[in-house]
Amino acid sequence: MGQQFDSATFGMWVFLLTEIMFFGGMFGAYTVYRSMYPEAFAATSNFMNPAFGAANTAVLIVSSLTMALAVRAAHLGQQKILQIMLVLTMIFGTAFLVIKGFEYHEHWVDMKVPLFPGHWAWDGPLAPPQFAHQAQILFCFYFFMTGFHAIHMVVGLGIMTTILLMARKGSFGPTYYTPVEVSGLYWHFVDIVWIFLFPLLYLIGHTKNLI
Amino acid sequence: MSTALQEPQTTETVNYLNAQYGWKSWLFTTDHKRIAVLYLISISVMFALGGVFAGLIRTELLTPEGDLFNSDTYNKIFTMHGVVMIFFFLIPSIPATFGNFLVPMMIGAKDLAFPRINLLSWYIYIAGALFALAAIVMGGVDTGWTFYTPFSTTYSNTFVITAAVGVFIAGFSSILTGLNFIVTVHKMRAPGMTWGRLPLFVWANYATALIQVLGTPVVAITLALVGLERAFHIGIFDPAIGGDPILFQHMFWFYSHPAVYIMILPGMGVISELVTCFSRKGVFGYSFIAGSSLGIAIIGFLVWGHHMFVTGMSMYAGLYFSFLTMVVAVPSAIKVFNWTATMFRGSISYETPMLYAFGFIGLFTIGGLTGLFLGTLGMDVHLTDTYFVVAHFHYVMVGGMVLAYMGALHFWWPKITGKMYPDGWGKFSALLVFVGFNLTFFPQFILGYLGQPRRYHAYAPEFQVLNVMSTAGASVLGVGFLIPLIYLLWSLKYGKAAGNNPWGAKGLEWTTQSPPTTFNFDVTPIVTEEAYEYAKHEEAHVG
Amino acid sequence: MHPVTPVRTYVLIWLTLTILTFVTFYVSTINLGALNIVVALGIAFTKMMLVIWFFMHVRTDNPLTKLFVFAGFFWMAILLALTLGDYFSRAWMPLGKFW
Repeated sequence: MGQQFDSATFGMWVFLLTEIMFFGGMFGAYTVYRSMYPEAFAATSNFMNPAFGAANTAVLIVSSLTMALAVRAAHLGQQKILQIMLVLTMIFGTAFLVIKGFEYHEHWVDMKVPLFPGHWAWDGPLAPPQFAHQAQILFCFYFFMTGFHAIHMVVGLGIMTTILLMARKGSFGPTYYTPVEVSGLYWHFVDIVWIFLFPLLYLIGHTKNLI
Repeated sequence: MSTALQEPQTTETVNYLNAQYGWKSWLFTTDHKRIAVLYLISISVMFALGGVFAGLIRTELLTPEGDLFNSDTYNKIFTMHGVVMIFFFLIPSIPATFGNFLVPMMIGAKDLAFPRINLLSWYIYIAGALFALAAIVMGGVDTGWTFYTPFSTTYSNTFVITAAVGVFIAGFSSILTGLNFIVTVHKMRAPGMTWGRLPLFVWANYATALIQVLGTPVVAITLALVGLERAFHIGIFDPAIGGDPILFQHMFWFYSHPAVYIMILPGMGVISELVTCFSRKGVFGYSFIAGSSLGIAIIGFLVWGHHMFVTGMSMYAGLYFSFLTMVVAVPSAIKVFNWTATMFRGSISYETPMLYAFGFIGLFTIGGLTGLFLGTLGMDVHLTDTYFVVAHFHYVMVGGMVLAYMGALHFWWPKITGKMYPDGWGKFSALLVFVGFNLTFFPQFILGYLGQPRRYHAYAPEFQVLNVMSTAGASVLGVGFLIPLIYLLWSLKYGKAAGNNPWGAKGLEWTTQSPPTTFNFDVTPIVTEEAYEYAKHEEAHVG
Repeated sequence: MHPVTPVRTYVLIWLTLTILTFVTFYVSTINLGALNIVVALGIAFTKMMLVIWFFMHVRTDNPLTKLFVFAGFFWMAILLALTLGDYFSRAWMPLGKFW
């Protein structure tokens, strides 16, 4: 049992390594373009809403807390607390996606979605025209990075559902809670990706709200 | 209960092949050995497909004019040759077949750490292969296996997304295999099987697994971005709208260079096994060979820019990439010296596997050395995108890896199937492969140096003689690969029963019956001796 | 298996993470020039380490796991460093930047 727990958690860490490289590739490309086009980037960040980003960050951090508590409850065989914590984690995860949905909708309405021809327009006082192409690239990266992250969140919710169903059947206890631990690792990792996305996409390089 | 000298077991004993019958027992198996066989069949099919494309290329190049195919069709042919051979044959080849089959046995385990993930990786491979086949059937891709932008994202009119999806999916098969191997080697070694006693084949597959896990995700995201750019008509890598094609190349080669080490390291592991067995001598410099596998895996991640010297990349980046390229040659050279030292004063026998090992050592050395030519900034300006490059990588990929694969196939065939093949035919085919290979690819070094560019369906008339030689060699090479297909399949029905250890080799896999039982060992072995403890002056052939 | 972490510890870490989120948000509204990026990424890095060390139990993990965690970030750093090395060193070339 100990060896299986060890192998499973180690295996999950190896998988998270691949995720680090997957997102790392995107972060790398994004960094290159940011350093190539700093003014364009400053212009695009005028259209980001840090309030949404901060709300999402807070929600995810709480979900990490409830997830850690869920793993702890599974370890101690506290079935009720385990289920409550799992449900809370899923609620916060869903809240994240809902907030993201509002945010994407706002971009859709503001015509800042380069993926769909009818919903991209780079004009207005906050959008210097010489940066139109670069802004398009940077907005693409915004949507790809947050989009891949959101996909991972959805997968995470699916995993949590499975774990919850297993928990309701009483599958977990002090001698066996490996799936909960391993799912927790995945969930925390998705949180960490957002911890970096938040400052990179929302907080730095923008010119509005500066004192 | 069993020793190396007992009566050869017939395949009527219960083993992993006959323990259960029916397609469900194969398609839902979690036995690493059955999964290895599933992979063996699948990649053999892909190898044959890639070989057909190669045949078409060489046929076109018999004449200087582009008379068999137009240039667009030719572009598709060499692209599909590359995509199929690299992503669907070479990358999985040894790890997914012999690695899957042997790594658990070599460490004394009953299976890999995650048997169901192992099966999943095969299904994922098949899914990826189906996408690639779909791209071929629908009309092919013409971007080159390297998918360079903006041609692949904006200007190509072929099925780039389908092919990219196929490669993306196959990449996950590779990642899962690597993940499985890493956890298995760390957590499931039998008592007494310390890292210092691991067979070098395990070390090689472990180092390969590290590369698979760390590198493949980057090509995954790169191809995903290419697909997204093509699908949504946005300009991530399109210079017309501010994108950077060089960025694509950085991201692509960050994986694709280590990928070549994914393709060669397992082969080197095989050669270590073959050389020691057929020299009847422990490997010289075991820790150096083990360490050099890790060294290649790590340093291999630092040299990718040597594919980009003439792209407009900074000269300073070119300097450090070139320097590190020289450095990465060192661990490979260490291996070649150590294999040679192993053979020195060994009791050498010349069975088929050993012939392939000899071929590997010579041809890989040539391929590796010519890589150093290409890694030299000044020379690369002259040689890049010529047939010199093509010859270089075929020397390492075919002269190296494919020969190692054939050697592995002939060495472990008795263990996998319980049957022996006729060694005379094996030796003959090995010779054909060696002669055919050199005739095909050595002229290409000269052609490249003289200036024939790669990926062109036509060439200057003065190059025709060497091209005809190359095509003639390709025919011989093709026959050399076809004959083993015949006698190996023949041996399944009519071959002599192999016995546990027909080669008298050291290693836990040779202590089991041939073919092994489903769970490999009745009792978990306890390892007490170092690897490759061949007694001095042992008979060259036991059993 | 890890030793059980007390609830108090988890809640304290959560509080720290939330406070750091407020801090990074607030600092981003002040113009510190180039320091903005340093502070923002520094805080993000700290938050990440807290999650890894405590929530993901790496604090009590064996050295092998710690090595692999480090290796993952190190490899991403290789990709970023050598790629950006190309772009930034183009300025030193005789013809200057290429973009």
